[in-house]
Amino acid sequence: MDRLIEQIPRFFTASNVMMLAEAAYMTLAITVVGCLIGFGLALVLVYLRQTPGLWALPLRLVCVTYVEFFRRIPFLVIVYLVLFFIQALTPNASLFSIAVIAICLYAIAYTADIIRGGLESVPQTQVEAARAMNLSRFQTTFMIVLPQAWPVIVPPSIAFAVSFIKDTALVSQIGVFELTFRGKELNNQGYSGVLVFGTIALCYFILSFPLTLLGQHLEKRLATPRGQRHSRKLRRP
Amino acid sequence: MNYTFQYGVVWKNLGELFDGAILTFQLGAVSFAGGALIGLFCAALIAYGPFILRLPVHVYVVAVTNTPALIQIYFLYYGLPEFGIRWSSEACLLIGLILNAGAYLTLIMRAGFLSVRRTELEAGQVLGLSIVQQVRYIVVPHIAKSIYPAMANFFIVILVMGTSIGSLIGVDELTGQAINLSSVNYRWLEYFTVVALMYVVLTFIASVGLALLGRWAFRVKARIF
Amino acid sequence: MLHLGVNDIRASYGALEVLRGISMSVKKGEISALVGPSGSGKSTVLRALVGLTPITGGNIEIAGQTIDYRSARSVRAARDTMAIVFQQYNLFQNMTVMGNVTFAPIKIKRRPVAEVEAQAKKLLDLVGLGDKHGAYPDQLSGGQQQRVAIARALALEPKILLLDEVTSALDPELVTEVLDTIRRLAGEGMTMILVSHEMAFVREVANQVVFMDRGEIIESGTPREIFDNPKTDRAQDFFSKILRH
Ligand SMILES: Nc1ncnc2c1ncn2[C@@H]1O[C@H](COP(=O)(O)OP(=O)(O)OP(=O)(O)O)[C@@H](O)[C@H]1O
Ligand SMILES: [Mg+2]
Repeated sequence: MDRLIEQIPRFFTASNVMMLAEAAYMTLAITVVGCLIGFGLALVLVYLRQTPGLWALPLRLVCVTYVEFFRRIPFLVIVYLVLFFIQALTPNASLFSIAVIAICLYAIAYTADIIRGGLESVPQTQVEAARAMNLSRFQTTFMIVLPQAWPVIVPPSIAFAVSFIKDTALVSQIGVFELTFRGKELNNQGYSGVLVFGTIALCYFILSFPLTLLGQHLEKRLATPRGQRHSRKLRRP
Repeated sequence: MNYTFQYGVVWKNLGELFDGAILTFQLGAVSFAGGALIGLFCAALIAYGPFILRLPVHVYVVAVTNTPALIQIYFLYYGLPEFGIRWSSEACLLIGLILNAGAYLTLIMRAGFLSVRRTELEAGQVLGLSIVQQVRYIVVPHIAKSIYPAMANFFIVILVMGTSIGSLIGVDELTGQAINLSSVNYRWLEYFTVVALMYVVLTFIASVGLALLGRWAFRVKARIF
Repeated sequence: MLHLGVNDIRASYGALEVLRGISMSVKKGEISALVGPSGSGKSTVLRALVGLTPITGGNIEIAGQTIDYRSARSVRAARDTMAIVFQQYNLFQNMTVMGNVTFAPIKIKRRPVAEVEAQAKKLLDLVGLGDKHGAYPDQLSGGQQQRVAIARALALEPKILLLDEVTSALDPELVTEVLDTIRRLAGEGMTMILVSHEMAFVREVANQVVFMDRGEIIESGTPREIFDNPKTDRAQDFFSKILRH
């Protein structure tokens, strides 16, 4: 306890604070890049999974299996697999890109289910109206169904992005300079574990909590139909 | 890629991996059970308790769900010894996971409590049920039905995500065993592909079991896929 | 000249056969009306025409060409000829009224934007919604949505228009307006198949009335034949009930 209080001024030096800020930026960067690419690929996966017809059965099977597998493997194991696999392919791949690929593979599996749920929540009659007007399956999905599915897709996707921020702690294991890695480093330098990991936890909290609130806010806002959302504006003369 | 897979060594050590899988399952089950008790208690407090008690529960839930489980466990493992508290790796992992699961399960169970509508209780009163009967026949089945899928899903999360953190503080569960064994002979890819498959099988068994349990006990259709 | 031929078509939902051999022919510029009790399969006939409900037997031909519903190109061509107004409107919820009307002409038929928008304005004026361009479907009443759906179908410039109970959600004033629209379209040579419960309306505009029950055609003929001298008991029964109101 005494050691902790005695260390505080030594711990919060400009260089340490700078380093933690950079580490927080790294954590955020890995999450955002990984999640965005993952989300895009998840859209593709869901689209492929909905391909009709018998010939596309193997394709659908691959998509289902992918989602099922990656949801059932610990992120840590995925990180190791990506690390060793990529290193076997190209020995000098950057750790950042390895972390991003790992997050990506994982994000695809989780967001694919969210996206599928969202697309399926849009009434089939919308699809029928579009098909009767000769819209292709691609146009129907991306111009009619997806825009209506956002309210169902966005809030849980943000919740998952928040959980990815926390999951990136595990990529410290392969040596990416993010928050947890720096925390262990400082702890090894002799700083108090309570002080170091308390501070690191606070950093994660600062990244995660606003997003959690945003997700909750959007969930409430998007749950109300557009008609009610605009009603005040409309009634004004 | 000129990497040749050699699964021979993995087969030889399959027994140790199985031991790891069993430990993983035990850790997951205990964490989940402990977390469920905390969750039940905290959710009841949020739903029915006085404000003074609700506040600390909210703080607990918000603090835990917005920080990584790994950091929480590091805190116990590297931080607590400074206060003279020295727990084994297993104890740190378990206590960390129980506290972590407790917060998430509080959220899940709270949703269950809130989903019981007054009208249903009134319907019970109209039928002339006593309070105990109302709880037994209306409240519990209703809550079980509404939260069972989320609970079952969270069990898989804690079983997979949660326990694997143990490997980072020296618990020899499935991921830990993989790290130990593969650092001896560097067959990382072989070990980790096999371990990944073992996780898939393990959680698949758990999913099927939970789906059957849900159907039998609460008549819930929990999805396996 | 034969424009649309429906030959002995069948369709099922699962084990339930909802169309059990429907045949009819619609001449160019004529209006055919499908009438019958709820659940008799009227909507299903229209859905089968545009390939939304697969037919399990028989065939459909347009201007002598049989539609092959397994060929994407053939279905595409059929859908180019026909436009359907659904019983439940099915407006695109993510688009404004204007967006709904102009979307397909611009994106699918690739017509010039300015031209399509000018046409859409005219069509919306025609259905009495000139002031609702920017509104979203969930901000409109059922009757208003219904009229947007009609405008949307007309913007596709179809050769054959399929209307599923388009007057059911309208108040009497608007019924007259929509009726005028339909009459004018008939004058312009538009072929139409309409489903309606409004017998007075049908009697006035239809050239041919087809009475369906439980997936079969019980009687068909001119409005005069069907309404004034129904030959079958089922038709008599149905019309005596419905006309009493
Ligand atoms: N999606 C569906 N799945 C299963 N059965 C359906 C479906 N749609 C319609 N049916 C059944 O098909 C039969 C015919 O329905 P259809 O909608 O064509 O009747 P309709 O004559 O248009 O009736 P209404 O006047 O009420 O609109 C009904 O028995 C109905 O229950
Ligand atoms: Mg109908």
